[in-house]
Amino acid sequence: MKRLFEINILLVFLFLYIPIIVVVVFSFNSGEQISVWEGFSLDWYAKLIKNPDVWRACKNSLIIACAATVISTIIGTAAAVALNKYRFRLRNTIIHTLYLPLIIPDIVLAIALLTFYAQVKIPIGLASVIIAHIVFNVSYVAIVVRARLQGYDHTVEEAALDLGANEWQTFWKITFPLIAPGIIGGALLAFTLSIDDFVITFFTAGVGKTTLSVHIYNSLKFGITPELNAISTMLLVNSIVFILLFVWLHGKNIRRTI
Amino acid sequence: MRHNYRLFILLSPVILWLLCFFFVPLISALIYSFVERGTYGGVVWNFTLENYQRVFDGLYLRILWRSISTALVCTAICLLVGYPFAYYLAYYRPKLRNVLLLLVVVPFWINFLIRTYAWILILRTEGLLNSFLSILIPGFQPLEILNTPFAVQIGLVYGYLPFMILPLYAALEQMDFSLVDAAKDLGASPRHAFWHVTLPLSIPGILAGSMLVFIPTVGAFLTPDILGGGKVIFIGNVIERQFKSARDYPFGSALSFMLMVIVLAGTVLYFRALQDSESAET
Repeated sequence: MKRLFEINILLVFLFLYIPIIVVVVFSFNSGEQISVWEGFSLDWYAKLIKNPDVWRACKNSLIIACAATVISTIIGTAAAVALNKYRFRLRNTIIHTLYLPLIIPDIVLAIALLTFYAQVKIPIGLASVIIAHIVFNVSYVAIVVRARLQGYDHTVEEAALDLGANEWQTFWKITFPLIAPGIIGGALLAFTLSIDDFVITFFTAGVGKTTLSVHIYNSLKFGITPELNAISTMLLVNSIVFILLFVWLHGKNIRRTI
Repeated sequence: MRHNYRLFILLSPVILWLLCFFFVPLISALIYSFVERGTYGGVVWNFTLENYQRVFDGLYLRILWRSISTALVCTAICLLVGYPFAYYLAYYRPKLRNVLLLLVVVPFWINFLIRTYAWILILRTEGLLNSFLSILIPGFQPLEILNTPFAVQIGLVYGYLPFMILPLYAALEQMDFSLVDAAKDLGASPRHAFWHVTLPLSIPGILAGSMLVFIPTVGAFLTPDILGGGKVIFIGNVIERQFKSARDYPFGSALSFMLMVIVLAGTVLYFRALQDSESAET
């Protein structure tokens, strides 16, 4: 029986990882064919670096992700702190509301924003994408930070207050360092989601404001070249760096709590 | 009074943001779904129910049903594959448990578009699957998998399997397996113990996982678009066309609200079932 389970695990991992490995391997292919191996080369990466469209898309992705991450981390953390610290009438309603942007299919959120922008005459450009990204990022940040706030011992805050610290000092000297891993975790998650988002960006970005994801999609539609494998691999590396950072932070605070 | 002031400062940015850029846009789309489309893409502010009548047209109902049934099949496959996976991690507690869990999460962090695109390389007629099979079987005729509903189904399972495994694991990990041992000691066969002890106790995980898989798959736009090659149309693709090429915002909005109704109905059913399972336990 145990053997059968282990075979299942193995098959699931093969299923999950073979496609990813295929993309990475074929990004080093020398030929024009996207899935026929012809020999090792870095040609596609060289082409990629020389492609001004990729650089422009990369710049847009970074601007959107940075702006959306900073704003959503600040206001998401503030909300998480408030929800953890205070008890008030609409508290549960607000907690449930925070989950709503995650429950609604992203295409619905995307077209809702698109009709809204059309109605109030907000021009479609970079700002319209940043606004949209903050909507889903803020929920993720608030949830991650709130989980961290629930996980620690609040008596240390009371101790600080008893010993004469004011609330402001208590927050920056006690609460903030304790929840910092949660905040950074939330920010990393927001950044990754923002960089990777396609559907919402696709609908809310203006003409010419292409991000990396939209660039990949357009290349898919207008003929696949191995350059696509190279861009994908670079985005993969970006994601893996962020996962490692996330795990490293997480591992560190597990050790701290022990 | 001071408390109220601080609460207001901390909470108002989020509330304002969601109000302005989430609730108001949803209402704006709802209004759009009740007006006429203009001749050149805009809208004419006349009230009409025509957009919803079109949604219930045979063609769109069929597409809606295809989205729902594919999402249900996807959920079932994820459950069948994910359950033994989560069970193994929770019950046998292998040494590498945390690493294995991390490896399940990693794909979640990787760009969905890239993960879907990867399947084109594998499934196309000149792709890796066919090359592999033709080496194994001499005289093998390449399979045409890409741009079929089957390819879309593979892509959807691939995209959302981790969403099933994690909540299942969370539910099974908290479970007290000594209850299973007790059932076995009292003469229950392993199968009986599974159906009457393990499975009922893991229902919250099953429900949560099913929700997390069903909701994004029923509204999927990217997977059918990329792996279906325009031949496998989901409700998400019809919505996209109304906004990107047909410029029929009112009809697209009406379709989106139908999709939202399905998703919200699913959510309500989920909470109902969760309550039932909890009251059954006590």
